[in-house]
Amino acid sequence: MSKRLASMADWIDARFPMTSTWKAHLTEYYAPKNFNFWYYFGSLAVLVLVNQLLTGIFLTMNYKPDASMAFASVEYIMRDVDFGWLIRYMHSTGASMFFVVVYLHMFRGMMYGSYRKPRELLWLIGMGIFFVLMMLAFTGYILPWGQMSYWGAQVIVSMIGAIPVIGETLSNWILGDFMLSDAALNRFFAYHVVTLPVLLVALVFIHIVALHEVGSSNPDGIEIKAIKDPVTHIPLDGIPFHPYYTVKDIFGVVVFLIIFCGIIFFMPEMGGYFLEYNNFIPANTLQTPDHIAPVWYFTPYYSMLRAVTVNFLWVDAKIWGIVLMGGSVAIFALLPWLDRSPVKSIRYKGPYFKIALTLFVISVFVLGWLGTQSPTPLYTLLAQIFTVIYFAFFVLMPWYSKIDKTRPEPTRVTG
Amino acid sequence: MRKIKYILCILCLVPLVGFASGPEMKLDRAPIRPNDKLSLQRGAHAFVNYCLTCHSAEYMRYNRLRDIGLSESQIRDNLIFTGQKVGELMTVAMTKKEASQWFGVAPPDLSVIARSRGPDWLYTYLRKFYRDESTATGWNNLLFDKVAMPHVLFELQGVQSVTVKTADDGHGGEQEIKELEVEKPGTLSKAEYDSYVADLVNFLVYVGEPAAAKRVQLGIIVMLFLFVLLGLTYALKKEYWKDIH
Amino acid sequence: MADFEKKQEPNSRRRFLIAATSVAGGIASIGVATPFVMSMLPSERAKAAGAPVEVNISKLEPGMLLLVEWRGKVVWILNRTPEMLATLKKLDSEVADPTSKKPQQPQYAQNATRSIKPALLVVEGVCTHLGCSPVYRKDIAPADLGADWLGGFFCPCHGSKFDLAGRVYKSVPAPTNLVVPPHTYLSDNQLLIGADSKEAA
Repeated sequence: MSKRLASMADWIDARFPMTSTWKAHLTEYYAPKNFNFWYYFGSLAVLVLVNQLLTGIFLTMNYKPDASMAFASVEYIMRDVDFGWLIRYMHSTGASMFFVVVYLHMFRGMMYGSYRKPRELLWLIGMGIFFVLMMLAFTGYILPWGQMSYWGAQVIVSMIGAIPVIGETLSNWILGDFMLSDAALNRFFAYHVVTLPVLLVALVFIHIVALHEVGSSNPDGIEIKAIKDPVTHIPLDGIPFHPYYTVKDIFGVVVFLIIFCGIIFFMPEMGGYFLEYNNFIPANTLQTPDHIAPVWYFTPYYSMLRAVTVNFLWVDAKIWGIVLMGGSVAIFALLPWLDRSPVKSIRYKGPYFKIALTLFVISVFVLGWLGTQSPTPLYTLLAQIFTVIYFAFFVLMPWYSKIDKTRPEPTRVTG
Repeated sequence: MRKIKYILCILCLVPLVGFASGPEMKLDRAPIRPNDKLSLQRGAHAFVNYCLTCHSAEYMRYNRLRDIGLSESQIRDNLIFTGQKVGELMTVAMTKKEASQWFGVAPPDLSVIARSRGPDWLYTYLRKFYRDESTATGWNNLLFDKVAMPHVLFELQGVQSVTVKTADDGHGGEQEIKELEVEKPGTLSKAEYDSYVADLVNFLVYVGEPAAAKRVQLGIIVMLFLFVLLGLTYALKKEYWKDIH
Repeated sequence: MADFEKKQEPNSRRRFLIAATSVAGGIASIGVATPFVMSMLPSERAKAAGAPVEVNISKLEPGMLLLVEWRGKVVWILNRTPEMLATLKKLDSEVADPTSKKPQQPQYAQNATRSIKPALLVVEGVCTHLGCSPVYRKDIAPADLGADWLGGFFCPCHGSKFDLAGRVYKSVPAPTNLVVPPHTYLSDNQLLIGADSKEAA
C-alpha cells in the first residue's frame, strides 16, 4: 500500500512540485523557535479569511443587491433560510474579528520591528492587504442597506466630492448616479464579492511567498539565518514549521474559535459594536439617524477626520480632515524607513520607543472611543490632542529611535 | 508581558474620562423572559390585536410562531384575522402611501424594532402615553415627544395626564420633572398593564430574532465541543514541544 | 542538536493524540458543513409558496381541462366524460404500465382510472421524459397522431404519448406514467392539491 502511494507521489512529483512545495514551506521551512503569543495572529488572519470567503459565498446565494430588496433579503436570510442566521453572524462577526486579528498582527510587527530590513516589502504587501480589507469592510457594510449602511457610505462619498476641481465628477462616476442609490449598491456588491476578494487572496498569497523568502522575524528581532549548523545548514534557532508550528497554531485556532463562537452564539451584536442598532432600520434617504458612528474598526480614523476644525493654508478644514484621515492609514507604510534604531525588537529598544509606542496605543484607543461619540467641544479638543500624538509617533520616530538608549541584541534567540 | 498589562490598565481608565452626556429620560428595564412561552403567546395575542392593524412585521411568517409553542391550527384560528395562509408574512393591508396620509408618517415595520430600539425603550414608550390636546391625535408621549402614534392601548391602561414640577437637581440648579398620573382608570390595574406591555415587548424581542433561542442552544453544544478540542490540541502541542524545550 | 532532527516515527502517545485530534477535527468539519448544506434546502419562503393549493372545481364541465399551478408546476384537472373513461380499458394493451404498478401516484390513485373520483383526473402536466409539458389532445384520430388515437396527452418535445389517465404508451421516450400529486377533496367542489388530507395541509 505504502509502495503504491509512493509511486503515485512520484508520478505527481514528475509533473507538479508537490513534495518539494510541502518540504519547502512546511517540513523544511525553519521558523524561529521563540515565537510568543503575538505570533498566532498571522495564521488566525488566514482562518478568518477562509471564514469570510466561505460564509460570503453562501450569503450571496440569498442576498439581493437591490436597494428595494437588500434589507428584506438580509432578514430573509436571518429567518427563512435554514441556518441563514448562523452564516450571517459568522460573516458579520468575522468582519470585526478580521480587524481585531489584523490590528494585533500589525502591533506585533511594530513591537518587534518585523518591518525592518529585509522585510520592508513584506510589510508593504501587508499594508496593501490592510487597505483592501478596509475597502472590503466598507463595501460590505453598505450591503444590508440599513440606516448606518446608507449614511456611513454617504459620509465617505461626500469626502470624494470634496476633492477640489474633479470631486463632483469623480463622485458621480463612482456612484453611477447623482446620489448614493441602487446603482452604487449594485456596483459595491460587485466589488465586495468579486474584485476585492480576488485581490485580497492574491495579496495574501504573495505576502506568504515574501515571508517564506526572507523567513519569519521573532521577538528578539535577530536573524536566525545568521547562525547555521555547519553540516546541515539549518539555522540553529530554527525548527520545522511542521509539525511544531502547525500543532501550536491549531491550538491557537481553537482558543480563537472559543472567543469567535462565544460572540456568534451569545452576543452577535457585541453591544452594538459589531452590528449597530441603527442598522436594523431600513435606509431612509430623507432622514439621518440622530447619531451616526462608523463601525468600531474605523472610528480612530473617523475621529481624526472630525478633529480638523480650522482652515489652514487657504485649504478647507474638510479637505485637511480627509488628508489627515488618509495619512493616518498610509503613514504605516513608511515605518521601515522611519525607524532608525540599531535594534529591531522592543526588548532591546530604549525608553523613548517604549513611551512612544505606549502613547500611540493610547491615542488609537482614545480616538477610537471618541469616534463612537457625538462631537462636543471637549471631545473635539481631545481628538485634536490625540491626533497630534498619533502622528508624532511616526513623524518623530527618525529622531527618537536614533537617540534612544538601546541594549545590545543577543546573538542567539532567548526564551 | 508586564508592559502589556500596564498598557491595558491605562486603557481601562480611558473611557471614564467622558461619560457626561445631556439629560435623557431614564428607561425602565423591560422584564424580558425569552423562555416564557406563555408570556410570548400572550404577547402574540396583544400584537395581532393592537399592533398588526397598522404595523406590519413583514419579515415574520405566521407559522414561525410554532417556536413559541403554538400549533398551526391555533395560529390560524386565533392569530390570523386577514384570511391569510399560515405560511404567509405578517403584513398589513394598508399601503405605505395611505398610511403616511393618515398618520403623517408610515407606521414602521415592527419585525426588527426590538433590535433597533431595544426592549427597554419599547417597554418605557408603551407605558408613557398621556393626554395632550395640542397634538393631532390628542396623545403625546413622555419618551417620544409629538409621536404620530395614538395611544392604542388606552382602554387597558386608562388615560394619563402630565404634571410638570420643578425640583432641585442636586447641583443648585432647577430641573423640570414631568410626572404622569392616571386620570381615568382603564380595564387593567397598573401592575396588570405593566405585565401586559412586558408580554408584548417580550414578543417583539422574539420577533426581532426568532432564531435567538436556537442560537443559544446550539452555542452551548458548540462551546462544550470546543473545550474538548482545546484539551486535545493543548496536549498535542505540549507533546510535540517536548522536543524543543 | 534538537530532537526533531532524529527523524523518528511518532511515539504511541503522539499517534494517539493525532488520531484523537483528527477524529475531533473530522466531527468539527461535519458540524461546520451541516449549516452550509442545510442552507441550500428550500427555505421557509419556498415552503410557503409550495403550500397546498385549493381549487374550486364546480365550473369544470365534462371534457374540460383545468390548469392549476402548484410548486411552480402545472397540475391538470380533467373532468372525463363516460366515453373518455371507456377508452382506458381499450388501451390496456397499448400502455406500458396499465395497472400503475410503478409508484407514480399515491396509493388512493392506484386504480383503473388513476383517480379518487373516477371522472376527475388530477395529474402533474410534466412529461416523465425530460420535463416538457404535454399538450391535451382530445380530438380522436387526428392526422398527425394516427387513426388509433383515442384522445390523451402528447408531448411536442420528443413525441411521448399518454392516455386520458396519464398512462404512458409503449415504445415512446417517456419511461413512466404521469405523476399524480397528493390531493384530497375538502368538499364536493373543493379540491386541495399538495396534501393527502386536510390535516396534513
